[in-house]
Amino acid sequence: MLEYFLSFLILTGALLTFIGSLGLVRLKDLYTRLHGPTKATTLGVGSLLIASSIYFSTYTESVSLHEVLITLFLFITAPVSAHLLAKAALHLNLHSIAKTPENDTEAESSATDNADLSGNAENTESAGSGATQDNPQETSDQIRQ
Amino acid sequence: MLAVIIQIAFALVTIAVILSFFRLLRGPDMPDRILALDTLYINTIALLVLLGIYLGSALFFEAALLIALMGFIGTVALCKYLLRGDIIE
Repeated sequence: MLEYFLSFLILTGALLTFIGSLGLVRLKDLYTRLHGPTKATTLGVGSLLIASSIYFSTYTESVSLHEVLITLFLFITAPVSAHLLAKAALHLNLHSIAKTPENDTEAESSATDNADLSGNAENTESAGSGATQDNPQETSDQIRQ
Repeated sequence: MLAVIIQIAFALVTIAVILSFFRLLRGPDMPDRILALDTLYINTIALLVLLGIYLGSALFFEAALLIALMGFIGTVALCKYLLRGDIIE
């Protein structure tokens, strides 16, 4: 019985890990690609780690809590790194397949006091007309210096 | 049965590693490559855990914990570099 449960957990974990990486390859732009590794892969690795914890707790007669520690750490750090990656992508003004919303968001985006976001708001608004290749180049050049 | 399932899981996770390595090589921009590196270290943790179950040894979990810590620090440092142009201001 326990073996079936462990097999189910391991198979689910491996499948979810695989699906996350498949999403990383197949989706179209970075903002959609972020979903695969941060959700599917984290859940898959968490499932594998819990399976390993149950396995070592039952077969070696000592409770094994390393895996729970790794699971907690991964579940805490995955959203943080995804947030930082999305912030970096917005800062670099990467290509997005989502349509830019109409102009009624201008007051909102200037109301948020974030310097990065309000600097980016002008660029994303004019990206709908498709004529903003100089400004992102400029910011990325400044970064590389 | 568990041995067969573990081998199938090895195959799936190895394909996942290859796919994220493909994105690491191909990725058009820097955040794509950072995301691929992030996925690679998480897949490596999965492989280490599977190897620990397969060999029946609890030796690999410290390595997995270290990889998790260092990978997260690496991702944060690279993102800070892209955001600010500097890691420690």
